[in-house]
Amino acid sequence: MSTVTSTSGSGAPAAGRPGTGRRGLPARLSGRFSGTLLLVAAVLVLLSFVRVITGQEDITSSGTMGAALRLAIPIGMAGLGGLFAERAGVVNIGLEGMMILGTWFGAWGGFQFGPWWGVLAGIAGGALGGLLHAVATVTFGVDHIVSGVAINILGAGVARYLSVIAYAHTPGGGATQSPEIKRDIQTVTLPVLSGGTFFGWHSPDPLGSLERHRWFLVSDLAGILHGLTAGVSLLAVVAVLLIPASYFLLWRTALGLRLRSVGENPVSAESLGVPVYRMKYLAVIISGGLAGLGGAFLSIVGSSIYREGQTGGQGFIGLAAMIFGNWRPGGLAAGAALFGYADALQLREQSAVHALLLFTALLLALLAVRSAVRRAIRSAVFSAVAAAAFAIWFFGSDAVPPEFVSFTPHIVTLLVLSLAAQRLRMPAADGQPYRKGQQ
Amino acid sequence: MLRRGLLLLAAPLLALAVALVISSIALLLSHHSPLSTYSKMVSYGVCSKAFPDAPCTAESMVSILDRAVPYFLSALAVAIGFRMALFNIGVGGQYHMAAVLAAGLGAAVSLPAPLHVAFILAVAVVTGAMWAGIAGLLKVTRGVSEVISTIMLNFIGGGLSTYLLVTFFKAGGSDNLSGASKTLPTSAWFPSLNPLLKALGLTAGDTDLYGFAIVAIVVGIGYSILLQRTRFGFDLRASGVNPWAAQASGVAQKGMVVKTMLISGAIAGLVGMPHLLGFAHKYSNDFPAGLGFTGITVALLGRNRPIGMVLGAILIGFLERSAQVLDLNGIPKEIVVIMQGTIVLSVVVAYEVVRRAEVAAAERAVRRRLDSDDGPDAGPPPEPQASAAVPV
Repeated sequence: MSTVTSTSGSGAPAAGRPGTGRRGLPARLSGRFSGTLLLVAAVLVLLSFVRVITGQEDITSSGTMGAALRLAIPIGMAGLGGLFAERAGVVNIGLEGMMILGTWFGAWGGFQFGPWWGVLAGIAGGALGGLLHAVATVTFGVDHIVSGVAINILGAGVARYLSVIAYAHTPGGGATQSPEIKRDIQTVTLPVLSGGTFFGWHSPDPLGSLERHRWFLVSDLAGILHGLTAGVSLLAVVAVLLIPASYFLLWRTALGLRLRSVGENPVSAESLGVPVYRMKYLAVIISGGLAGLGGAFLSIVGSSIYREGQTGGQGFIGLAAMIFGNWRPGGLAAGAALFGYADALQLREQSAVHALLLFTALLLALLAVRSAVRRAIRSAVFSAVAAAAFAIWFFGSDAVPPEFVSFTPHIVTLLVLSLAAQRLRMPAADGQPYRKGQQ
Repeated sequence: MLRRGLLLLAAPLLALAVALVISSIALLLSHHSPLSTYSKMVSYGVCSKAFPDAPCTAESMVSILDRAVPYFLSALAVAIGFRMALFNIGVGGQYHMAAVLAAGLGAAVSLPAPLHVAFILAVAVVTGAMWAGIAGLLKVTRGVSEVISTIMLNFIGGGLSTYLLVTFFKAGGSDNLSGASKTLPTSAWFPSLNPLLKALGLTAGDTDLYGFAIVAIVVGIGYSILLQRTRFGFDLRASGVNPWAAQASGVAQKGMVVKTMLISGAIAGLVGMPHLLGFAHKYSNDFPAGLGFTGITVALLGRNRPIGMVLGAILIGFLERSAQVLDLNGIPKEIVVIMQGTIVLSVVVAYEVVRRAEVAAAERAVRRRLDSDDGPDAGPPPEPQASAAVPV
């Protein structure tokens, strides 16, 4: 097994320039890190600027940020589920169905035994869907897309049937929804900074008061941090922690390396002693469990009830976030955050979405300047034209139609895919059937 | 040949049996008798008998056929992509876009009857083709997987059709609470096949048999001819089996992808038409949804063959219609959704199992022939010849 670790350990994960050994990794990482930091800072300044100009306080308010976090987590969990499956070479279009199972079992467990049991039930329900997908794709070699579509249909059917059986005679429940889950998962607030309690001591809330001052940049930063640290469901904390945990598991452990090797080159992996089938099963079951967790979050924390159609295609958006994030945990988290933020802003304040047009125009203008400085004339012109289009849209209209906001994530995904497809790199054997002993 | 036919039939029958077993378990778990459930479904689905002593009418049959028409069209749209190993998961978005534009533009013009229908169909076909063409273009120019792009275009099409309806096509009047588009004039209504029913002496209550069934049959025949009798169809099938070999023999793959997506989208544009021209005569937010995914089910069931897809569409239509009687008997009718799901999953597994069995059998046959060819040189061992006599 040690052979596997050392041979593909340096080359496979980074997939960058050949010849960069282990020593090159930290430098590249830190370069990427500072680039990301710069981007985050630029976005923050722009958002703050747009808020001051348009007077749309909700753009960076803590309320929006809290809602964005709540809305991003189901997407992120589905995306993380997609990541595990696809890193092991199994395309998982069935995330949506597994998520539906998660919402149903989550609500059922929550209603019967309490919220944390509901979370476990939701994970188990999703994992069951994952197991089914693994049986079909790994053991029987069924096309991954076909099996995924079938699981989506089946997941919806099972949830509907079970609702009729389990909820028909419950107060408030029925064929399309569960009764209310009475108990909630407790929320936590960061002490000292966001006004949480600390061993019984009520700490002040400096971030909250800073946010109320509406200062340029400072209040925006405070609002964002306050939204992400005050009144956060404990399950949300767990879910957010799962993202670095997944990174660690997949890129820093032998198990993760074996799992990814199966997605890159199953034949070589098998020849080096990696149990390919077992790895794929494990990955797809984890994938289903994570999607199920996202579903359980939707029904238990998001609305304390199961409702038919609750997922509303978030499994697919999760898949999109994963592709957006280039099959990496950090990237998919950014994608989920972006989609969750757009959704939150639309839910809280329709007119604030209009201000985002100006933000997009400014961001594109900056990109155009950057490209022009780097003498990439074509992309500079493209960005400048797009920036102008958004600016015209902003100044020529009063509101963005709500339907447009509803499919923003999907448009963004298509744009990212079509503009950056060359830079995206999916696992080499992703979606290909594998049979032991056959090349 | 006969054996192969039997194998082909074995897979869907096996899948149906598995689905029945699983649904029986689900029914038993909820304390209902599977046998009486199925017999009630059959007697209602075949004969419209909601109660044992009710008269037998063709109402259920007509309803089943009406359901089957859009499913069959949707399956054709999916299947033509499948034959080229292209996944058009976006039939849903395509027919919604097509239906809203067809309804909106159709209500805006006035034409004599056949031309009006033709105009609406043309709008639907072109819209569907354009919407699917986006995915085709993205695939060949930017390398975007059509699976992802059609899923995204589903959502975009759904949102955009609502936007178009609300902004441009919504009918005026305060009683239009559902926000439906203007009702099409009667010149744009597709005549029903009720005269045919009457001629056959069948009574179907006030359910109309969609005249659009004729169009669906024509499209099905066209699909068959296109694939089996034209050069394009040959190129398409060759590209589906081995794109590199097809490219090497002069079939430009990029063009094939775009053309196939366009045709698939054009057929998908027709999916909403039976409902629009034969029943609702307007587009609203409760326009039937999910026909795209049912089309995938039917295409998988019928293995992309026209006759198979007709049977598959009728099977799904039958399940949905016959389930209507279950509520009257206190049995959750949602059991058919489970049946549909298990049928799809088990049918794809069954086809794969059958395919592997065929491949294994073919390999055995080749090996046996090689063994018996070697025979004369190495001195004939008795065993291979004996085993060759065993039917494969």
